[in-house]
Amino acid sequence: MGLMDASVTLKKLTEKFPDAVVGTHNYRGDDTAIVKKEKIRDICLFLRDDPDLLYNFMMDLTVVDYLGRDPRFEVVYHLYSLPHNRRVRIKALVPESDLTIDSVVSVWVAADWFEREAYDMYGVVFTGHPNLRRILLYEGFEGHPLRKDYPLKKRQPLIGPVN
Amino acid sequence: MGLKLSRWKATRDLMVGQKQSAGPERLLDGSVILTRLEAAVNWARKYSFFLYPFVTACCGMEFMSVAGPRYDLDRFGAALPRFSPRQSDLLMVVGTISHKQAPILVKVYNQMAEPKWVFAFGVCAVSGGFYDNYSVVQGIDTLIPVDIYVPGCPPRPEMVLDGLLLLQQKVKQERWSDWPRGEAPVSRC
Repeated sequence: MGLMDASVTLKKLTEKFPDAVVGTHNYRGDDTAIVKKEKIRDICLFLRDDPDLLYNFMMDLTVVDYLGRDPRFEVVYHLYSLPHNRRVRIKALVPESDLTIDSVVSVWVAADWFEREAYDMYGVVFTGHPNLRRILLYEGFEGHPLRKDYPLKKRQPLIGPVN
Repeated sequence: MGLKLSRWKATRDLMVGQKQSAGPERLLDGSVILTRLEAAVNWARKYSFFLYPFVTACCGMEFMSVAGPRYDLDRFGAALPRFSPRQSDLLMVVGTISHKQAPILVKVYNQMAEPKWVFAFGVCAVSGGFYDNYSVVQGIDTLIPVDIYVPGCPPRPEMVLDGLLLLQQKVKQERWSDWPRGEAPVSRC
């Protein structure tokens, strides 16, 4: 599995979705594609089902908050292809003005709890998710604590002002 | 009826408010102890704590150490951990209490029969410690009344034993009117 071979993914992805892929890089052999959020589900289906790719293992899904940048959020998918022993990282740009992105639970079931956690901590809404509730925090929690503008000393109403 | 305990060193604790063995006891040749009922009950209570270990974090390791044979809480009568709040009278809160744990802690406290005492074990239970963040209770005394605070991350076993001895001193001085304390003050949990 050399460097050239690993870039097959990015090449095929760019050919298939020329409008959706904003940029790619292959820093130290780590394939990364930055994409527009509108096509995310189609991109994921393609990555899973194309016989040269077969990314059948969703390893991680998370969000990064770049406060002060537009688009502010990035939803990051880490995928692994068991048949080809390859990894790829997909970053979907999500602006603060439209905090929604299509759910990929229908592509990989593993995305279920990842998306709930991302919603819990960052407030990104995954449309089409079967059960988008908070997963780590509790109902009644105010705000999304891993956002960079969540107040450091904010106290929650359930526990009272001293906490 | 007197307790036949003469020459036992615990006798001293029973004679609260009395400087030396008074007349009647001397007349009966030390076979009888006169005391106040309150003092006798407190004496019994302070040497027979039944712990409820509410262990949530790494302080639990230190709790196991102090409860085990090397440091041995049994020496002070606090030997038996009970895993039902109904059977215990000393709530050991060992570790970090998150917001999601808070209602459970309050429920356990309210289920314990009085008289009951609370031992904040470690700096997280005392004040939240360095977890000054969105998910951690900033000291369990914001939820339930606390009798003894033992800071440390985690506290040394010697500190825990010292805290237990201080709690025994506190129990010794209690009055009937100190009980019951009632439900925990935070009703929203």
